[in-house]
Amino acid sequence: MSKKIIDFEQLKEQCDEFETIKLLSEEGKIIDPEWQPDLSDEELIELFKQMLWSRTLDTRSTKLNRQGRLGFYAPTAGEEASQIASNFAMEKEDFVLPAYRDVPQLVQHGLPLYKAFLWSRGHVDGNKYPADFNALPPQIIIGAQYVQAAGVALGFKLKGQKNVAYTYTGDGGTSQGDFYEGINFAGAFQAPAVFIVQNNGFAISVPREKQTAAKTLAQKAVAAGIPGVQVDGMDALAVYEVTKAARDFAINGNGPVLIETLTYRYGPHTLSGDDPKRYRTKETDDFWREKDPLVRMRKFLIAKDLWSQEQEEKYVEEVKTEINEAIDKVENMPQQKISEYLKNTFEEVPANIQAAVEYYEAKEAK
Amino acid sequence: MAKKTMIKAITEALDEELARDEKVLVFGEDVGKNGGVFRATEGLHEKYGNERVFDTPLAESGIGGLAAGLALQGFRVVPEIQFFGFVYEAMDEIAGHISRMHFRLGGTRKMPVTIRAPFGGGVHTPELHADSLEGLVAQMPGLRVVIPSNPYDAKGLLISAIRSNDPVVFLEHMKLYRSFKEEVPEGAYTVPLDKAQVALEGTDISIISYGAMVRESLKAAQKLAKQGIKAEVVDLRTVSPIDEETILASVKKTGRVVIVQEAQKQAGVGAQVAASIAEKGILYLEAPIGRIAAPNTPYPFSEAESAWLPNKQDIIDKVKENINF
Repeated sequence: MSKKIIDFEQLKEQCDEFETIKLLSEEGKIIDPEWQPDLSDEELIELFKQMLWSRTLDTRSTKLNRQGRLGFYAPTAGEEASQIASNFAMEKEDFVLPAYRDVPQLVQHGLPLYKAFLWSRGHVDGNKYPADFNALPPQIIIGAQYVQAAGVALGFKLKGQKNVAYTYTGDGGTSQGDFYEGINFAGAFQAPAVFIVQNNGFAISVPREKQTAAKTLAQKAVAAGIPGVQVDGMDALAVYEVTKAARDFAINGNGPVLIETLTYRYGPHTLSGDDPKRYRTKETDDFWREKDPLVRMRKFLIAKDLWSQEQEEKYVEEVKTEINEAIDKVENMPQQKISEYLKNTFEEVPANIQAAVEYYEAKEAK
Repeated sequence: MAKKTMIKAITEALDEELARDEKVLVFGEDVGKNGGVFRATEGLHEKYGNERVFDTPLAESGIGGLAAGLALQGFRVVPEIQFFGFVYEAMDEIAGHISRMHFRLGGTRKMPVTIRAPFGGGVHTPELHADSLEGLVAQMPGLRVVIPSNPYDAKGLLISAIRSNDPVVFLEHMKLYRSFKEEVPEGAYTVPLDKAQVALEGTDISIISYGAMVRESLKAAQKLAKQGIKAEVVDLRTVSPIDEETILASVKKTGRVVIVQEAQKQAGVGAQVAASIAEKGILYLEAPIGRIAAPNTPYPFSEAESAWLPNKQDIIDKVKENINF
């Protein structure tokens, strides 16, 4: 028998060699003594406040949905480190392309909260974005934002602007053709994009293991010739650090980065009838709740004497007031008009649309 | 003025707009150094450089997403889908996103995207190259669908499409690319979108068509004229939304109509034209609406094309049937 020239078993093992970056332990302690966060005390407090804001918003949004005051809602609790800390690494001039669960990032990037509520309720005014707000509304079609992010990123490159397009999808999203096309296009053009995969373990009910034979989602970057990294998505400091480094890498002309955050949503997929008990166990829920991103960040800040229970209670009240004001505002919005819808369908309105505008305007005037 | 092919007219339109507006970008599979598989972008990569005219990886949805993202960044983009039969791969970006963007953002963002693609039968291509899929995109609100029938219109319509702040699907019939030449002026000029054109005036019957079937209709009209039937030929040019005013004016004048399309009969542009006439002009008619279209099968194996595609004789026969009704 001649020499064996290829060992597929070994090659298969090699594909899966990806480590998970963790910086803050579940006890709120920095794991590597040689590493310190590159954030001031004020910034650390601000990061935690945004996470707390997101958790409070999630609790309130769930209630508002049950009361019929809010429409479509995809719960976010559990994903605060993944969502907020990644967004925290970005600048106002960066362009965000969120998915439907990524409303917290959109608001922290500059969307007034009442507009997010309007989007949830199904009112066009929620999607009327000021010219200097660099974002798209949450994407419903899984993965579509990935190919668009490649285009936005190439736009930055062609304009010579040092900013990134950053976009989110979930573990299920990485099975879409658009996921591969998006990271591949951005790689081919060396465009400044940061692709974030929030792996919360389930695409509605289908577990991560059924999506792919790949052990990590980060390794999908390899085939596109771009760096991929897996990070503890319950660890805000790790998510921030990795995202910030990815942004710096991308704006300096090195092309895109793929980040996989390991996270968990405590609630259902959406509030539209999903029951996670059909596909998840209590043991799995408990396993992840012990890793709660707020708990460990709070412990970290309290140990540094940067946060207290009193501060937290006061801040949560402020957030509740902000939410109440925003929801009151959307309940008094003018009714939407079909004539306006028609006018928005094209910028240069064709004759058949104009005729319909006149028909609906007459109807609406009655 | 010089006589030019339609493909040359299209290259000139792209060249004019690239020169006029530095925000114009042209991209797609093989459009760069190779100048496109039909040479529509011949010489443009060399002239405008790789940042303005460039090759993309081979993925139509990626091309659609790139177009949407670049348009959001303020560029005026002209992506090419190499053959329109490949559009299914890009359908989500075109129908789900590009066509809806202006509406979805409440009018706060523009989508100046002109998606060019060759299509059409009679040139013996492999599967899914020749299909007439304009009916699919014609159903998308927010999208204009333009199909020129000659070199002059191709240049002027493409310039109008590129300058439009709304998305346009611009379909170029492959059989028209090089089959004849026509006077095409130097420099930029526009032919209006949303406007049909009376390609030939007549009084006895209206033949309403678009794309390569306008040529067949004109040939049929010539032959009919020799037999004493004066047919009017209307070229839709923009097939969605259709120009009802021109259609109805012609039908009112002639009292008879035959609608001709290369696409399969079901649920397409011809059906929309027929519906508009039925809705707004039925009392002008002295005979039922006549329709010429391809049969409702998938596009045929190429050796059967000539039997499958509608032709001049089909039009002549249908016109006579209508006149003798």
